[in-house]
Amino acid sequence: MSASTRKISIFQKLGPLIGLVIILIVLSILSPEFFTLTNILNVLRQVSINALIAFGLTFVILTGGIDLSVGSMLALSGAITAGLMAGGTDPVIAMLAGLAAGTVMGAINGIIISKGKVAPFIATLATMTIFRGLTLVYTEGKPITGLSDDMSFVWMGRGYFLGIPFPVIWMLLAFAVLWFILKKTTFGRRTYAIGGNEEASLLSGIKVGRIKVMIYSLTGLLSAFAGIILTSRLNSAQPTAGTAYELDAIAAVVLGGTSLSGGKGWIFGTLVGALIIGVLNNGLNLLNVSSFYQQVVKGGVILLAVLIDRKKAA
Amino acid sequence: MKEQSLVHLSGIYKSFSDVHVLKNVNFDVKAGEVHALMGENGAGKSTLMKIMAGIYERDKGTITVKGKDVHFSNPKEAEEMGIGVVHQELNIIPYLTMTENLFLGKELAYGKTGILRTNEMRKRTKNALQQLGVELHPDAVAGELSVGQQQMIEIAKVLETNSDCIIMDEPTAALTDREIEALFTVIEKLKQQGVGIVYISHRMEEIFQICDRISVLRDGDFIGTKIVKETNFDEIVSMMVGRQLGERFPERQAKIGPERLRVEGLSRKELFEDIHFDVKQGEILGIAGLMGAGRTEIMEAIFGYKKKDGGTIYLDGKPLNITKPSDAIAAGLAFVTEDRKDKGLVAGMTVRENLTLTNLKAVSNGGVISASEEQKETERLIKKLHVKTSGGEQIVKSLSGGNQQKIVIGKWVNNQPKVLILDEPTRGVDVGAKKEIYQIMNELTEQGVSIIMVSSELPEILGMSDRILVIHEGKISRILDRKEADQEKIMHAATGGM
Repeated sequence: MSASTRKISIFQKLGPLIGLVIILIVLSILSPEFFTLTNILNVLRQVSINALIAFGLTFVILTGGIDLSVGSMLALSGAITAGLMAGGTDPVIAMLAGLAAGTVMGAINGIIISKGKVAPFIATLATMTIFRGLTLVYTEGKPITGLSDDMSFVWMGRGYFLGIPFPVIWMLLAFAVLWFILKKTTFGRRTYAIGGNEEASLLSGIKVGRIKVMIYSLTGLLSAFAGIILTSRLNSAQPTAGTAYELDAIAAVVLGGTSLSGGKGWIFGTLVGALIIGVLNNGLNLLNVSSFYQQVVKGGVILLAVLIDRKKAA
Repeated sequence: MKEQSLVHLSGIYKSFSDVHVLKNVNFDVKAGEVHALMGENGAGKSTLMKIMAGIYERDKGTITVKGKDVHFSNPKEAEEMGIGVVHQELNIIPYLTMTENLFLGKELAYGKTGILRTNEMRKRTKNALQQLGVELHPDAVAGELSVGQQQMIEIAKVLETNSDCIIMDEPTAALTDREIEALFTVIEKLKQQGVGIVYISHRMEEIFQICDRISVLRDGDFIGTKIVKETNFDEIVSMMVGRQLGERFPERQAKIGPERLRVEGLSRKELFEDIHFDVKQGEILGIAGLMGAGRTEIMEAIFGYKKKDGGTIYLDGKPLNITKPSDAIAAGLAFVTEDRKDKGLVAGMTVRENLTLTNLKAVSNGGVISASEEQKETERLIKKLHVKTSGGEQIVKSLSGGNQQKIVIGKWVNNQPKVLILDEPTRGVDVGAKKEIYQIMNELTEQGVSIIMVSSELPEILGMSDRILVIHEGKISRILDRKEADQEKIMHAATGGM
């Protein structure tokens, strides 16, 4: 029996990657501009923000939870960083403050969920609105501009290293670290266990509440990180930044094969899922598909992927 | 053998991927008989039953129902041919009432209007429950009932379908003695009506009480069929295990030392009050009582899984402050829960991941798990506990019940506890695995571990315990010494007598 379960899981693991390759081949044939170094680097840069958020969400979703507030956390952290910088604070300190703000917001989510015993969907639906509101209050509804031109800040979103955009490097670094945490550490194992069976995990001595707070904090931190990169790229903080980002991030996690009911999934899949969404966006733009149709196609691909996945599981 | 078989299976083969689960199995049920299907966990009983019920398809062999060749591709088809199943796992929707659960998917309506005939369904539910001797209102919400009462709904559900052949998979596992008596009366009635019953159970006493024939499977092989009147306990056991098992409860050489754990004045409103007892080093304290007496709740409170209103727990004379399971574990307690599926295992994870879950620290360095150490620890535990598995990477869900139970015990043994709490450690476990679990208990006590064992099986309580604590409606009713204890005294105390 175990032989068959493992075979399915390898097939399921490869599924998203095969999908990505097919999309790459099709787009390369349809558009000559697609498979060029400049365009690929461009896609990767676009993907990085969604990927960072989706990495955090992978942990959350593995525990059987959800976080709808990622876009709002991104906006508020970016605004705080920009606001401090515009006020003359050292950019490094401003960015650290932004990251801290994101982590605290995530921790608040985690505490509401684990100590307040509120369903993650409801808790983060509420904080999504609260954090967005706070962003509007803080920015007075206007973009924050006139930011530092210190290299430490400019690099975050606009710099290159050996020709590779910095956001891509951040994404790959974050991937490597988080892959290691999920795969090789006790924290990662406990994440899977909580999603697989929360009661059994609790009875096995796992501090379920504490781990959940840590996971939601991590998601806050990564959302803030994405927010700072976005602020750097746009050289301004927008009060409406990150609106509906949670949908692309959830789509990336699900496309990657992580189960929304928790316990099953992997972070490499999320990276592939984010790439599929990014490549589709880019390719459809290159093909001059109207942005209205783009949404239809994107939704269709997500649906198709999940349907295929269900078929295999059955 | 003139009577015609209701259901006849011959030459049945079934394998999953490369594992042969059934090899050339023959089995039949006649009208008006109870035919027991026995075998150790993993012998293939459940698979055979599922083939009869149309849940699995056979690879080879023939099945005839009332003389007609059949090939079920889903349970519905089997049901239409009059084969009903009382599953071991409950299929109850907790928010619905007894009536709604009973008629789930086959609700009675006025013609095709979809308007429910509520009163009719309620009446028939009441009748079915009365037949089973259960005094419950048909509008009682299923989730608020005891597991035993929920099991009764399952049984009532099948009775309602008027099947000619009923398969019962461990129907008594969660029932109280009184409920079991009621069930046996119903079985007797069904027999007289000409219904054939396939009865799967690990409880030998039951089998010999109500069955007419016994068929034994071992490792997927059909070993044979015996007529109950012409066989005995030992013969069946040796057919099942393929060897002489010897004593049911192995000898123990534990030296009982000084007090290890003491509980004083433990209370929880409406569940239990003023619970006080102690366990000594190397001692096994049996906790007896009826289902619902509060035994599990007491253990959950000691372990910090459920709140307590008052009371103190001392370990080696020092008071402990336990508010959550991790506190209890840190102090040296371990808890094998009654419900292994919901509370004991992470079913979708591997054997390895489950075994090391309670003590990941032991196989990791600064939070990073060492793959080789984890592997070594897993192999050591698999060997020590004789788990039948293809290896550490097998998903726990696909193991048989007895082997799953060994994994639950294994994950705590790995933790080297001072006090091990076992709640129904051998429920749904076959005789061979049972004895192995007893041996593990003995080994642990020899190493000085104290064991608290909650059990509803009196022979087990009597055979294993040094002292026996009897709980009645949340209070200690009596404490008995091994030498003075017998079944009558325990039952008397458990039902409220002194």
